[in-house]
Amino acid sequence: MTETKKDVLLTMKGLRIEGRADEEWLEIVKGVDVTLHKGEVLGLIGESGAGKSTIGLAAMGFARDGCRISGGEIMFDGIDLRTASEATKRDLRGKRIAYVAQSAAASFNPAHKLIEQYSEAPVQHHVMGRSEAEKDAVDLYRRMQLPNPEEIGFRYPHQVSGGQLQRAMTAMAMACRPDLIIFDEPTTALDVTTQIEVLAAIRDIVEQFDTAAIYITHDLAVVAQMADKIKVLLKGEEVEEADTRTMLDHPTQDYTKSLWAVRSYARAEQPPVEASATPVVSVRNVTAAYGTLDVLKDISFDIHARRTVAVVGESGSGKSTTARVITGLLPPRRGEVLFNGEVLPPDYRNRTRDQLRQAQMIYQMADTALNPKLRLRDLIGRPAQMYLGLQGKQLDDRIRDLLSLIELEPDDYIDRLPSELSGGQKQRIGIARALAAEPQFIICDEVTSALDQLVAEGILKLLDKIQGEFDLAYMFITHDLATVKAIADEVVVMKEGVVVEKGPKSEMFQPPHDPYTELLLSSVPEMDPDWLTELLQSRGALPAA
Amino acid sequence: MGFLTGLFWFVVVIIASMAAGWMFRAAAVGISPRGVAKELKTAPLTASFGMLMILIYIVVAVFAPLIAPFSETAIVGREYQPWDSVHLLGTDNLGRDMLSRLIYAARNTVGIAFVTTALAFGVGSILGLLAATVGGWLDQILSRTVDVLMAIPALIFALLLLTIFGTSVINMILVIALIDSTRVFRLARAVAMNIVVMDYVEAAKLRGEGLWRLITREILPNAMAPLVAEFGLRFCFVFLTISALSFLGLGMQPPTADWGSMVKDNATLISFGDITPLLPAGAIALLTVSVNFVVDWQLQRASGLKE
Repeated sequence: MTETKKDVLLTMKGLRIEGRADEEWLEIVKGVDVTLHKGEVLGLIGESGAGKSTIGLAAMGFARDGCRISGGEIMFDGIDLRTASEATKRDLRGKRIAYVAQSAAASFNPAHKLIEQYSEAPVQHHVMGRSEAEKDAVDLYRRMQLPNPEEIGFRYPHQVSGGQLQRAMTAMAMACRPDLIIFDEPTTALDVTTQIEVLAAIRDIVEQFDTAAIYITHDLAVVAQMADKIKVLLKGEEVEEADTRTMLDHPTQDYTKSLWAVRSYARAEQPPVEASATPVVSVRNVTAAYGTLDVLKDISFDIHARRTVAVVGESGSGKSTTARVITGLLPPRRGEVLFNGEVLPPDYRNRTRDQLRQAQMIYQMADTALNPKLRLRDLIGRPAQMYLGLQGKQLDDRIRDLLSLIELEPDDYIDRLPSELSGGQKQRIGIARALAAEPQFIICDEVTSALDQLVAEGILKLLDKIQGEFDLAYMFITHDLATVKAIADEVVVMKEGVVVEKGPKSEMFQPPHDPYTELLLSSVPEMDPDWLTELLQSRGALPAA
Repeated sequence: MGFLTGLFWFVVVIIASMAAGWMFRAAAVGISPRGVAKELKTAPLTASFGMLMILIYIVVAVFAPLIAPFSETAIVGREYQPWDSVHLLGTDNLGRDMLSRLIYAARNTVGIAFVTTALAFGVGSILGLLAATVGGWLDQILSRTVDVLMAIPALIFALLLLTIFGTSVINMILVIALIDSTRVFRLARAVAMNIVVMDYVEAAKLRGEGLWRLITREILPNAMAPLVAEFGLRFCFVFLTISALSFLGLGMQPPTADWGSMVKDNATLISFGDITPLLPAGAIALLTVSVNFVVDWQLQRASGLKE
């Protein structure tokens, strides 16, 4: 698996790619070298903006709209992709080089059945006829361990789950048995439990057909399972490249070490809550429904001051719905929400201004949570003005204090628009807006899941710091167990609208577990390259390859 | 050869317009304060030409009595006099000076079209945003009412209402504004529907913001780009509707000058190969094109679209 003496398939030397922004060309990839041998898997890793996807696309001789390949050479199996005609490149793409995108749901044409889309490339490239291709599809679906391989191809994309769709897409990329597949974050949008299936299937099929692959991701633990060697990128430049094991055990560069270290962050253990203390928020026997469908069934848990309760579960488990019940957006069908021992009106419209002030929310997507037309001054200042009646100088001082608190220089930032901020900075503004109301309780809905690891760590540390300063209670909704380990005091595990298990963090990460918690915990990828193999063996799901 | 001459003049006109636009932009950048000047520099030539034309129309409309050589309604010569040094564009079917009437009509037609469009927008967009934000029964009532109004062909509906309520300038403004506001309502509601589901609107609701603030601060600024674009188009439609109504005799009443009725009054001249009756039509066309040039530029800026 780690042989390197095989023939060279792809070389990129001194690759430079420029993107056009504000009337000028900016270099986004600054001289990167890539050498890939037949049957080898290269992991490209880095934060957003590192140029991972751009390099991946360049391996097909393609640059996105508004980008151009400005320097270096790209040789694929003796063909110079920089000078090759469009017709030559078109003939290569899909046939000898294939691409698997991050969002399978967005990449499939919703109007055609899976198998029709599967046969498209082989028929187009005259590799096989339609009926032959359809037979082949069933075979590949079976190898990808899709349920009902005979039948699944005749479904439309919306009729299969996200993980299945991602596998169907990988099968589709395999249709012409390409020499090289580019995987662009294929599992990023999936739950951990689904991710495992997809990872296993991808790894398997790449090995079976001895296909070379470029695997692009920001998740180190994932790439550790998939790649023979790893290349770390930062702002369009290579930081270092090495064998997977060498890279994991002995990173040489500081940046790589910092990436590795992110996962080790954990906050100090908090003393247990006194039994007599009134919880800040108490969810009691809540059952809630959209229409006639119950999405929450008899949920109860407490959140105490200065404590963080992490609510964990896969998508569709009812985590965000719980938040909507607490904030009053979705009045529960039965049960109640208590705030400092008092029952809150179920509908937010009936709550007093002070009740609204006490519970604030930070959203997953900072992009849609901040009004793009308001300046930071108004975004942060509005809650302070509205709830605390601050005006003029006082208000201005308060906004500046809050900006300093979230580690943004007030003079630089106070009059900016959200579009002039980075993703992490936007999320910080979301935090400042919540703090401006001086609440006792903040709901954090997947606040770090759209951020890079280093940035996410910064946000978690900030949240931790202000919790201590303002005695806040947090409800932390997440599907990422690494985040739970980092920040939670107590954990509530949810599945299909039911609380499966709850308790202090220390207990949660120690056996014995509820079977579902066990599944969740064991599905979190670890930095050990053998982790996936061992896990699959222990689950007895390893196919006879 | 006729075709080549036509082509030649066409090119000349285009180049002259672009040159005028370029000079206007240079001059405007020179005299405006720095912030505005920076914005103006980004204007494409089409937009600066459009702004120049709109400015000229406004100046003409405001200073009509000073510019026009004769009065709006006075009969100053024989009917259908050709162009000469006294009556630069000749006289109309009653012997009134064509140029003077053209100038006065700018005031009437443009002014009324602007008021009507503004009214249609005020009513249509506020109701549309309200329907999208509040939802429920209010949305149902407003939307179904609008559906009913829209089911009747616009021009026929306008004719019907004007016949019922009588033809006066006020009635015409109200009737056209009512009909056009239904179109604005549909657009504003559709745009706002996509905005009310955003997290920042939810955050504002949870903050306890009132309806008015929710609409004006959170929703309207984000719905501005498509609404501005619609304003430009709608202005042109209103303009044409007024002219159409005047042409049919139900719009502006004589002796008030109006480009639509001027076309109608002098239409006979076309059969003699005289282009005079087409001048008011040209004035309408030029203004509508100019407005759309400016609106396109603004839309591109507001939506951040790149070419």
